Amino acid sequence: MVKHMNKIINSDLSKMQVFWLAALRVLIGWHFLYEGLVKLTNPNWSAVGYLLDSEGLFKGLFYRMAGSETLLAAVDFINVWALILIGLVLILGVLEKPALLGGVALLALYYLSHPPFVGLKYGLPTEGSYLIVNKVLIELVAMLVLFYFPTSQRIGLCRLITNLKKSK
Amino acid sequence: MPVDHQFEKIKVMEENSKKITRRDIIKGLATVPVVGAFAYSWYQKNRYDHLLKQAIQEEVRIDTENPVLNRVVSKDKQIRLGIIGTGGRGRSLLKAAGFLRPEIIDDYLEATAKNSTDKRYQEFLEQEDLNVVVNGLCDIYDKNAERGLQACANVKRLGSDGEMADQPRRYKNYKDLLAADDIDAVIIATPDHWHGTITIEAARTGKHVYCEKPMTWTVPETYEVRKAVRENNIVFQLGHQLRQTEAYYKAKEAIKKDILGKVNLVEVTTNRNSPNGAWVYNIEEGAGTNNIDWEQFIGPAPWHPFSLERFFRWRCWWDYSTGLSGDLFTHEYDAMNQILDLGIPRSAVSSGGIYFYKDGRTVPDVLQQTFEYPDQDLTLMYSASLASNKSRGRVIMGHDAYMEVGGDLKIYVDSGSTKYREKLDEGLIDPKLPLYSFTPGMKQVDAITSATEQYFAGRGLLYTYRGGKRVDTSHLHIKDWLDCIRGGGEPSCNVDRGFEEAMTAHMGTIAYREGRKVYWDEDKQMIV
Repeated sequence: MVKHMNKIINSDLSKMQVFWLAALRVLIGWHFLYEGLVKLTNPNWSAVGYLLDSEGLFKGLFYRMAGSETLLAAVDFINVWALILIGLVLILGVLEKPALLGGVALLALYYLSHPPFVGLKYGLPTEGSYLIVNKVLIELVAMLVLFYFPTSQRIGLCRLITNLKKSK
Repeated sequence: MPVDHQFEKIKVMEENSKKITRRDIIKGLATVPVVGAFAYSWYQKNRYDHLLKQAIQEEVRIDTENPVLNRVVSKDKQIRLGIIGTGGRGRSLLKAAGFLRPEIIDDYLEATAKNSTDKRYQEFLEQEDLNVVVNGLCDIYDKNAERGLQACANVKRLGSDGEMADQPRRYKNYKDLLAADDIDAVIIATPDHWHGTITIEAARTGKHVYCEKPMTWTVPETYEVRKAVRENNIVFQLGHQLRQTEAYYKAKEAIKKDILGKVNLVEVTTNRNSPNGAWVYNIEEGAGTNNIDWEQFIGPAPWHPFSLERFFRWRCWWDYSTGLSGDLFTHEYDAMNQILDLGIPRSAVSSGGIYFYKDGRTVPDVLQQTFEYPDQDLTLMYSASLASNKSRGRVIMGHDAYMEVGGDLKIYVDSGSTKYREKLDEGLIDPKLPLYSFTPGMKQVDAITSATEQYFAGRGLLYTYRGGKRVDTSHLHIKDWLDCIRGGGEPSCNVDRGFEEAMTAHMGTIAYREGRKVYWDEDKQMIV
């Protein structure tokens, strides 16, 4: 019953509401896909510099990731392919919910390794001014919003796939 | 809305959704073109980057691969070493040769346990075994001798609980070490005032010499060292380990390919700001006449009553030191001599003073030296402060581009360049971004590389933990020397380069101390 009610709420979203939510989903997907591909095609890329620039409560954890060759190789691989896959499925509108959760997890790691808290300084240059809230955190929350207002059943491959299944 | 009605609506919706409508297809595929747009943008971006890269590569024909610095020489024959002087620098050289005190290994292990990114232990273990043994050691300070002996006995590179080999013989006088017949080659890491004397005597006994810089303390002994090395046919290496810096090989290549245009000014600097950097070293507790052979310390220097300050901080007095010019400028000079084949300058002027460390020292702590090379149409300028860390780097300035050389290398096009005019005007070359840059271990860093990546690369963060292994340059420099002993050939900083280094440094020092412009008489081969 609750599930059905949820569906009603979502299908009650106006066309414009769905359109802009889907647009947000596609743009975040684009960003993820590009970040992933840039890393994949760059022979020099590794997360090591970013990890070693970490500060804050979880600094030790990120340093440990950078310290072990095998762990670092895994981190690099997972990071690149997660970004690419999440990006692609968000644009296309399939497997939306797991992709959003995966994206939130990645962004949470980026945020926790470089929290913009008072007194923490980073070598890595930033392109803006941040206090506690930065663009990583905003993108993370935007992904959570999308998780609770999924759109791929309305705009996206998911709509087609579901209906194809039903029509059989 | 009544509940019945609501369920009816859901039922209708579900019925409807079983059929695929045109709307389903449009909305289902609505975002697929975005993937196409992405692919097209990606293609455009890559094509643009490729064009820029091509424009740059037309100008810079230097590859970004790491140069192969060392030849392969069989290490079958073990070389028996002696070391004279096992203070801080002497022990660093022992480490470079493969010998480190177990106590230091304990510290490394502890540091690694605390912080897994601390790779000092691993790096030392991975340092190539040079197949050498230390048979004799000489230091006039018992504590340093003991530290050296412990390092030499640690042939298996173990911590304090490890198994040690027999310690080498300790000689109280360097002459006895030089007379030993179970030593083929010696490392000299004494204070400056002993470099020349010991090198000459070692050469006469037929022992190969690795001597710390500067090559000599006085002008006359500079000729004597060259003569002794040549006459006795020994392999001599001067301790300018920066000769092994990969970036310098690339810098030399860039000069050869005339990427900078006409080079007219070279600026090198020393920027330090700590007591240690200003040679105010720690005076060890317990040191005294009972464990320091003061008479032997003085040697060729003017007599002075025993002084712990002078013993531990000898670099602060002309009596034992060559000051900024001999101690630190020589590194800069040798780097530039390697890249630009400078040779000995036509003239030198110098100025400076003791402006910060008013601790009784006689050598200046701020120094400016200018060397003229009219034949090459360029000036070499050196500026040093021991009381400011403001980093000023090493820059080679040409009409078309300038080059910054350190552990890495960056070439920037000059906005007034003639050679690159067209590409500058077309916007294909940006003078704010490096035209070419080389970072050891990195395949490529250039104007296309992201700011973040350049940032990390410049700090050596990207290559330290993967790819190209970081190797101690002193280790490579000693290996170069040993390779020549085993396989013939001239080491990278041989006695001729040493002669140029020493004479240039002496010219700077004389100009400062005598307050005049000094000249090098090429025909008479002397400073006038």
